Amino acid sequence: MTARHELAVIGAGPAGLAAATTATELGLEVAIFDDQPAPGGQIYRGVERTPLADPAVLGEDYRRGAGLAEAFRASGAAYHPSCGVWLLTPEREIGLLDNGQARFVTAGRVIIAGGAMERPVPFPGWTLPGVMTAGAGQILLKSVGMVPEKEVVLAGTGPLLLLLAAQYLRVGVRIAALLDMTPRSNALRALPQLPAALSAFGTLAKGLALKREIRRAGVRVVKGVTSLRALGEACLEAVVYEAGGREQRLDSELLLVHFGVIPDSNTTRSLGVRHLWDSRQLCWRPAVDAWGNTDVEGFAVVGDGAGIGGALAAEHAGRLAALEAARALGRIDVAERDERAAPARAAVVKELRVRPFLDALFQPAPELISRLDDDTVVCRCEEVTAGQVREAVGQGCTGPNQLKSFTRCGMGPCQGRQCGTTVSQLIGHTLGRPVEEIGAYRIRPPLKPINLTQLAALDSEEGEAA
Amino acid sequence: MFKKLHDDGAARVTVTIDGQAVQVPAGETVAAATLIHGLSPFRTSAVSGVPRAPFCMMGVCFDCLVEIDGTPNRQACQVRVAEGMAIRRQDGAGGSAP
Ligand code: FES
Repeated sequence: MTARHELAVIGAGPAGLAAATTATELGLEVAIFDDQPAPGGQIYRGVERTPLADPAVLGEDYRRGAGLAEAFRASGAAYHPSCGVWLLTPEREIGLLDNGQARFVTAGRVIIAGGAMERPVPFPGWTLPGVMTAGAGQILLKSVGMVPEKEVVLAGTGPLLLLLAAQYLRVGVRIAALLDMTPRSNALRALPQLPAALSAFGTLAKGLALKREIRRAGVRVVKGVTSLRALGEACLEAVVYEAGGREQRLDSELLLVHFGVIPDSNTTRSLGVRHLWDSRQLCWRPAVDAWGNTDVEGFAVVGDGAGIGGALAAEHAGRLAALEAARALGRIDVAERDERAAPARAAVVKELRVRPFLDALFQPAPELISRLDDDTVVCRCEEVTAGQVREAVGQGCTGPNQLKSFTRCGMGPCQGRQCGTTVSQLIGHTLGRPVEEIGAYRIRPPLKPINLTQLAALDSEEGEAA
Repeated sequence: MFKKLHDDGAARVTVTIDGQAVQVPAGETVAAATLIHGLSPFRTSAVSGVPRAPFCMMGVCFDCLVEIDGTPNRQACQVRVAEGMAIRRQDGAGGSAP
């Protein structure tokens, strides 16, 4: 039998946990599905049981996740860990891989809280073993207490890079260099946004404190890095970077890169939700209203998956979507929804006030995409280069979906998650047209690999139920 | 490439990586267990056969694909180790590395 839930929440990061907790408190029957084995999402990963002897290493913000997880555990929402979504239909059928077993559920409403992923930015050698994302480094630190064995090179731009550097320093990891690829002109462009951002003084102060901590530790910080190359045969041997027009080389076996985070939009894409190109955050995001509602009836998207706003904004947006679900399902009326929503609404507004400043300050250089070397691999799976993409455009290819038949770009196992944003921008740049006109890959289920045995098991189960 | 900060005291399970038995903490991902034993690369790429290893550790890059208990193309960063699990690094689109 296919289980039916009143409300299904997908993802157990801050947005999903807050949504499920609030909805359960409002009397809804809630099931939450998450592919991780424990609550917290990526930001609060491992928060219930960090392997670090000294939890202070991860910082104060991380501990907020413990409170969220605790309230969620106490709420009574049905929790399904290690349970990923591979199919989502507009009829609100959800295909799950529950601890490796395929099954279906249906829901009256669905809140998608799928979170963010790191922005993939190609550069020569980025597919070499030993080149990883800063997020990968942080996941290893948070969940299993693993850190680089030798000196590590950090490169890119964004708050996570600074946070990881500070966390590494606190546990004695040696940092060979922090290559800051934030364009020098960003500070000036961010300046007009500063007054609004000052209301989130705490966030800004934390960023400055991280910078101070890194400087005091004597880390070599190289500003104005404009290009990056990873060299090696079987694995990374050296990092070559350019700053101030001069090339420098650092021998290293581990390079962690970061270029900000973007919504992980494959799930919402597959559902047919309308997406917009966000020219400030340089990424696609689903179009949602103030409650997270999408243009597909009964589906809301909240948290960083709806546009990057950070963990606190995500948490409050989750609460708003839960209130809206309770209204739609007839538990509360509009007046009650609005009244209860006031604190969360105010908190979201406050959290988002700092965003335009941060977005401008940490925006990756457009040249990283527009001036990609022809030889650089853009699609990691099918090993399609920037040159091949440009060549296809020269032959008349006008969009990402056409590009698939020209080059197989985006057709590998990651389903365009790693190359999608790059490809839309690269085609737009080559044609001299805005990205929103270029469009994005169409995404088809399964959203994660499901094998024949798992599908067969589903068939026999359905047969028995019938 | 990586080391553990300290022994977390977690229960251990025995898995094999390319036939070699190793002890790893229960609950850890296959990717973390393989990385800590220094076994990189994880696979060779499907098109040009170049070495690959985990990039994202969060399930979005698919560069950590390995063979687990005979099934190729499993995401090592998304699968947890289990007692007796046989992990093999893979060649190209699937099938074991020599
Ligand atoms: S390391 Fe990226 S999917 Fe596993």
